[in-house]
Amino acid sequence: MAKNDYKLGEAKIRQGGGRMRVNEKPRDFKKTIKQLLSYLRVFLPQYAIAFTCAMVSVLLQLFGPDNMRKITNLIEDGMANMHMDMPAIIRISIMVMCFYLGSSLISLIQSLVLTNATQNTMRYMRNEISKKLNRIPLKRFDTSSFGDLLSRVTNDVDTVGMSLNHAASEIVSSLTTFVGCLIMMLITNVTLSGIAIVCSLSGFFMMKIVISRSQKYFTRRQTYLGLINGHIEEMYAGHIIVKAYNGEAQSIEEFEILNRHLYENNWKSQFISGIMRPIMEFLSNAGYVAICVLGAIMVRNGTIRFGTVIAFILYVKMFTQPLGQIAQAATSIQSATAAAERIFSFLAEEEMEDESAKPSLLNDVDGLVNFEHVHFGYLPDRPVIHDFSVEIKPGQKVAIVGPTGAGKTTMVNLLMRFYDIDSGTITIDGVNTRDVPRENVHDQFCMVLQDTWLFEGSIRDNIVYSMKDVTDEQVVEACKAVGLHHFISSLPDGYDTVLTDDSNLSAGQRQLITIARAMIRNAPLLILDEATSSVDTRTEQIVQDAMDTLTKGRTSFTIAHRLSTIRNADVILVMKDGDIVESGTHEGLLEAGGFYSQLWTSQFVNAEEL
Amino acid sequence: MSMIRIIKRMRRTEVILMCCSFCLVILQVWTDLKIPDYMSEITRLVKTEGSAISDIVKAGEMMLLCAVLSMFISFTAGFVSSRLAATFSMHLRTDIFHKVESFSLEEIDRFSTASLITRSTNDVQQIQNFVSRGFTMVIRVPITVTIALIKIWGKHWEWTAVTSGAVFIVILAVIYVIKYAHPRFRRMQVLTDDLNRATRENLTGIRVIRAYNAEEYQEGKFAQANDNLTNNALQAHYAMAIMHPTMRFVHNGLNVGIYLVGAYIISSLLGTGEALTTFSEMVVFSNYAGRILFSFMSLNMIFNTIPRATVCCERLLEVLDTEPSITDGERMKGLEGEEGTVEFKNVTFRYPGTEGDMLSDISFRANKGETVAFIGATGSGKTTLVNLIPRFYDVTGGEVLVDGVDVREYDQRALRALVGYAPQRAVLFTGTVADNVDYGTSFNSYTEEEARDRIREAIEVAQAKDFVEALEDGYDAEITRGGTNVSGGQKQRLSIARAIFRNPEIYIFDDTFSALDYQTDRTLRAALKEYTQGATTLIVAQRIGTIRDADRIIVLDEGKMVGMGTHSELMKDCEVYRQIAYTQLSEEELQ
Repeated sequence: MAKNDYKLGEAKIRQGGGRMRVNEKPRDFKKTIKQLLSYLRVFLPQYAIAFTCAMVSVLLQLFGPDNMRKITNLIEDGMANMHMDMPAIIRISIMVMCFYLGSSLISLIQSLVLTNATQNTMRYMRNEISKKLNRIPLKRFDTSSFGDLLSRVTNDVDTVGMSLNHAASEIVSSLTTFVGCLIMMLITNVTLSGIAIVCSLSGFFMMKIVISRSQKYFTRRQTYLGLINGHIEEMYAGHIIVKAYNGEAQSIEEFEILNRHLYENNWKSQFISGIMRPIMEFLSNAGYVAICVLGAIMVRNGTIRFGTVIAFILYVKMFTQPLGQIAQAATSIQSATAAAERIFSFLAEEEMEDESAKPSLLNDVDGLVNFEHVHFGYLPDRPVIHDFSVEIKPGQKVAIVGPTGAGKTTMVNLLMRFYDIDSGTITIDGVNTRDVPRENVHDQFCMVLQDTWLFEGSIRDNIVYSMKDVTDEQVVEACKAVGLHHFISSLPDGYDTVLTDDSNLSAGQRQLITIARAMIRNAPLLILDEATSSVDTRTEQIVQDAMDTLTKGRTSFTIAHRLSTIRNADVILVMKDGDIVESGTHEGLLEAGGFYSQLWTSQFVNAEEL
Repeated sequence: MSMIRIIKRMRRTEVILMCCSFCLVILQVWTDLKIPDYMSEITRLVKTEGSAISDIVKAGEMMLLCAVLSMFISFTAGFVSSRLAATFSMHLRTDIFHKVESFSLEEIDRFSTASLITRSTNDVQQIQNFVSRGFTMVIRVPITVTIALIKIWGKHWEWTAVTSGAVFIVILAVIYVIKYAHPRFRRMQVLTDDLNRATRENLTGIRVIRAYNAEEYQEGKFAQANDNLTNNALQAHYAMAIMHPTMRFVHNGLNVGIYLVGAYIISSLLGTGEALTTFSEMVVFSNYAGRILFSFMSLNMIFNTIPRATVCCERLLEVLDTEPSITDGERMKGLEGEEGTVEFKNVTFRYPGTEGDMLSDISFRANKGETVAFIGATGSGKTTLVNLIPRFYDVTGGEVLVDGVDVREYDQRALRALVGYAPQRAVLFTGTVADNVDYGTSFNSYTEEEARDRIREAIEVAQAKDFVEALEDGYDAEITRGGTNVSGGQKQRLSIARAIFRNPEIYIFDDTFSALDYQTDRTLRAALKEYTQGATTLIVAQRIGTIRDADRIIVLDEGKMVGMGTHSELMKDCEVYRQIAYTQLSEEELQ
């Protein structure tokens, strides 16, 4: 089936082509720059100092060539008069050294101030982003690609920082050099200035041409690089299938095609961009030659003195670069502005309502939970829960059941007020959860979710988490209750063992830690996800026992996977396609013969036959 | 060392390119450094009474010629080095990719997929960058220094002394940067990772964080990581900040110094012809000295790139030096009359580098047309066991027979052509639905029509027809990378369709059904049973319901067989099996 061989490779090109951008442009340059300036208010004095320093440093440097001219002329005079005016030469030398030293010192100050300003700007931005993260409503995180966006925001901060540090100061000093140099040259000699200007301008235009030419190959190179890396990732990740289905040949063939394309664009883009340096060098050399020859002729004619030639040799060196550097800095500022735009649009995300004014009415809660005519939808025009009401008495057990993907986490979202309901009320002990701050609601719940979230830190930190005034005894107590104490004690560092990504805790042990965390929390209400899919039989028993201990004395909402939980539940909420379609007791629901009884027979029919 | 070994891998053309590049750089530096010589000539001419303007112009023409030559040599050198870098990296990439494709799962496990991906993409790219830029720089520096030194050698020791002093300061600055700034820049990567980890942690745990009102706690952690990063970055950049002004001062100062010293020398030579020569030498001396200075400064960059490139080379060599542990046998077919059989004889297996057997003493036989199921807790070795059949790994002891022949005697492709395999985690590739279903079947010879029909059929049996036909382009709908545009259950069904399309003698479903809901699971298995009559089926399962009807169920516990039989037999005799049943169904349910 040879017809097949290129298909997958083509699909990659088809799907991946045109997606890559090399140089991003901001949508609204002016607005973003303004935003950036007002955002950086605090740091503006520092930036102003830095940029002034950059300017002063360049200006001081500009005295160099002129003084070199004087020295040369003095030496020349000395040769003609057979008497070298050494004191004068030394005096000028010391003066010019002072200028250079001053220039370098000020430039050093500029670097230090600027580094300080940009790094602190970056720190500030990153902290803002981190804080913002926790003020954004949870629903934003459920839309895909949001996490993606976030991870990019961190890189964007780097881009902005880099650009503030290099590009901005580069533009300031390049402009100063350009203008200052121009003035100094024109004062010294107009003809020779003409040569320098011609060289500098032609360098600038050639640079523009080369940049625009190479852009095409760079874009393609990036595209193919992305494609080939994508292919590599895909094939390595799917290695087992490649092996099982003898797909090696096909995979290699696709790889070769992409690799070949990459090669072509690789060397072309590299070559074209590599042309830049020789051209710039040539222009600098050509300027040097022109100054030497023309200057020499003028010296012969007596129009100028030799020192002027020396000065111009130095000027040309300084003068051929700024325009090119400004061009490069401008590109970098452009992409930085695009990055800043993304950061600002993130910081402008809608936040959760500020609730600090609401009183914390929930204290010593009994655990009476009431749903009254609750309506809810994730999208405004697509309600999933229609007019749901139920009363749960303190200490009752609620089981939430339904097929996979029926939206069982919706209940968690509503109870915890991660999402606000569209209409109706949810009350705890008669208090509407919307009348108190979210934190007050959260404090009433212990929560154990299926995905056991642990962070990099010691076992103790993970269990205590953000609770205050927890004694070591309490931690040990909780671990004993969930059957973890023995295991933790056997670890070399005990409760101080640091959990890392690759730490060798089993899935069950991780789950037990989150249960212990919930115990320390000791709140009157409990949300529990029973799923223990990747746990071996023995651990599963321990985990389930721990969960049962946790349920005692609490009003509990359990995403149920065990028949015993379901059968013992005081209230069963049956979910389907996001909605709560039925609620009641096991017997009552079976009798009703609705979705629950259907589910029961299809899902557990084998059980009955055992 | 590792870099030399990588360079040794160059093909003949690449070696030629490299030599060319080497020669071109010498030539280019030489022409470049020739230019100031003429300046000295011009200076002399200007200062000599009676020399003609035409002589000056002639010298100027020579200078221009050198400049043009230098530019074209640079172009050529650029051409050569970009070709060199591109071909070399292409070949390196190919070598690596071929190597990894030849790896068995054992080698993949050893390196980890993520690490292999970085090595094949990022590391190769780094080496390419090094070859195209760093390499030229590395050879350019000593050449420039040597040629420039030759030019200024024996002129006036005073100048050489001044230059040496300047070079000494530059070397000090470079050493300072290498010792102090470079490690801090390297550390920055680690600290950035920490910071990103803090963000990721906040993202993945967002529900828990909100539930525990731990926002401030997380923000505190982030701020800590942020401070660490910022403080380190400040130190690194502060250290680096010294470099540029110092360089500028030394360079400018050197210029002044040369003129000042020159004035002394000339004043002592006044009246002799030497004075003029010295004057013209002085004009160009500063040029050469400046180049030497900058060459030394670029040591800073070289010392930054070489270690990085070396690390990349080492990492690539590790891969290239690894031989796949599984080698081909010669058999293309099994024994007559044994078609469709799978037999384990006292099989023991241990993952390399681990203690304790993953599987020990496993023996069973699946006859043609039979269904054999494996059940047991996570980590009991179910997946490992079925992975031995297509020879993803080799047994440590005993033997695995397929069609009556030890799997190690087969040509790997021939063996795998007998098996239709659907893994725990479904894998879909970029391409259309159809591409994914008929993946890798270049062994078979269907016409396009037949292939189409068979794809339809496979998709129908896998219960994927409804959703596939609901897609906009149906069977030609694009699957994006990693199959992110279809749901988990849909992915799993397409993965099953892929196995069905092969029409193999032996099916292996490694926990393929647990991503499906109960209803689909049941219909699919019914359709499959009908369709695969005559084929041998091996199923790994979590749910007892999935495997109740198997001809034989094998219960695994910590790598040992603790029971084999039908469901009702095991319910009677096998404690572990009963335990599994009990955790899935409560005790009262069973009575």
